[in-house]
Amino acid sequence: MKALAKKPSRLFAKIGAGLSRLLRILRDQRTTSRLQRYLVRFAAFLTCAVLLFLVGYILVMGIPNLSPDLFAWEYTSENVSLMPALINTILMILLALLVSLPLGIGAAIYLTEYTGRGNKLVSLIRITAETLSGIPSIVYGLFGMLFFVTALKLKLSLISGALTLSIMVLPTILRTTEEAILAVPESYREGSFGLGAGRLRTVWKIVLPSALPGIFAGVILAMGRIVGESAALIYTAGTVAKVPDSLFSSTRTLAVHMYALSSEGLYIDQTYATAVVLLLIVVGINALSSKLARRITKG
Amino acid sequence: MHSLKETLAKYIFLLVACVSILAVALICIFLFANGIPAMAEIGLGDFLLGTTWRPSNDLYGIFPMILGSIYVTAGAIILGVPIGILTAMYMSFFASKRVLKFMQPAVELLAGIPSVVYGFFGLVVIVPLVDQLPRSNGSCILTASILLGIMILPTIITVSKSSLDAVPESYYEGSLALGATHERSAFSIMFPAAKSGVLAGVILGIGRAIGETMAVIMVAGNQPRIPDSILKGVRTLTANIVIEMGYAADLHREALIATAVVLFVFVLIINVSFSLLKRRNTL
Repeated sequence: MKALAKKPSRLFAKIGAGLSRLLRILRDQRTTSRLQRYLVRFAAFLTCAVLLFLVGYILVMGIPNLSPDLFAWEYTSENVSLMPALINTILMILLALLVSLPLGIGAAIYLTEYTGRGNKLVSLIRITAETLSGIPSIVYGLFGMLFFVTALKLKLSLISGALTLSIMVLPTILRTTEEAILAVPESYREGSFGLGAGRLRTVWKIVLPSALPGIFAGVILAMGRIVGESAALIYTAGTVAKVPDSLFSSTRTLAVHMYALSSEGLYIDQTYATAVVLLLIVVGINALSSKLARRITKG
Repeated sequence: MHSLKETLAKYIFLLVACVSILAVALICIFLFANGIPAMAEIGLGDFLLGTTWRPSNDLYGIFPMILGSIYVTAGAIILGVPIGILTAMYMSFFASKRVLKFMQPAVELLAGIPSVVYGFFGLVVIVPLVDQLPRSNGSCILTASILLGIMILPTIITVSKSSLDAVPESYYEGSLALGATHERSAFSIMFPAAKSGVLAGVILGIGRAIGETMAVIMVAGNQPRIPDSILKGVRTLTANIVIEMGYAADLHREALIATAVVLFVFVLIINVSFSLLKRRNTL
């Protein structure tokens, strides 16, 4: 009886000693440091591994399915061609940028060249631009449906989708252009004013050309968002898999096309292949933007 | 003549700059004008706290969807935030230039991958994996959380990293001079100094997760009921809108727009707290 009672207490004593040793080890800076080092390395490894696995998986499963059929001019339910969607994506990018570029650049010029800080209107513009950049794409989609499709009677069409997206990417273009303009040295402007040029001419001939690479980086960022967008387009541009006859016919972009294929569930192989094409476009856009960014920091 | 042109240009730029104000105003007006009458007709309490969503019986309770969005977002935060912050720590303080040269574009690419591609990846890889667990059918809270956790990584990493990089070098040097190791300086000095910036990144990540639509639809199961375990399917607010908008009419349609209003208000709250944090950060 006595021995039995003694045993657990000895066990507890052992556990206690072990715990306090563990605590002492943990309190030792070197051990903690090693643990922390492993922890951050593990997290970074996980992040990279997830990306590599995702991209690798899509490429391995998709590339064998890239058949010439997929790039046929006409979409039929047999070839599930992505060509019309690809063309629509390009059209969508061009149209959306055509609207949002002048607006974004103009707004950035006003914010940087024509007003000082502390203006009430300026802070309102900034707050609204920030709000715009946080709104989820599905809310844009619903707004586009209520405003462009229904209220302005543009119907489910290329133009409704492009206008919706142009609002969505406006804050991106505004912010990057603003940053690019702010990075133009003050001495450029002073030189231009000193030569007798007015403000408009200075902006047009001196500031904008020097800010061009930065603006271009913003444009590329916006292109990436447009390519990947689907939620904002389903109820504004619709899902017709055809190259549109006019601005007012319904279209689907590549991302929407891929969503449609995957939810139909009949064309898994073709969905993989479409995913490959989407990924390649995104990789291309990213490569372009980082190349530009490097050139900007060098210049 | 010359000054006329200048004034004209100024006002044109001003007008253009006001477009973002106009856009926010229009979005608010159109969403609220279409959504609030529906909320009034259904009854705000029945709408927000009602537990049954059955449009065919005129029952419009979005409480399951609100919970769904919260669960899925919380799951994404639990999985994504630690990994994101630690990765940012690695990139800021531990990575060599060569590793960074690979990781920087990797994180950018992670941010650039379209949500449909993420969703499809979730559908063909994560769903079958989760399906192996007992009493689960693959498309559930856990799956959506894992996928969203991956999707918010780049947001958290970029924002955290830039605020970690902004901590003055002298803090680090001071810590080293007091005898702390490199790791301890990073974790106990640099990280706390960048805390509010990191928190801003987390909040931005929450905004991303709660607003994500297509990827969630593809993996979350979308049953409009309150789930009793993380292995059960859920429907988020965003999913509710996309799934039913295609065929909804009348009050049903307006109830969906009201769902978007609720989402919009959520996102506004998140945005305001983000900008408050950011402002405090710059002061």
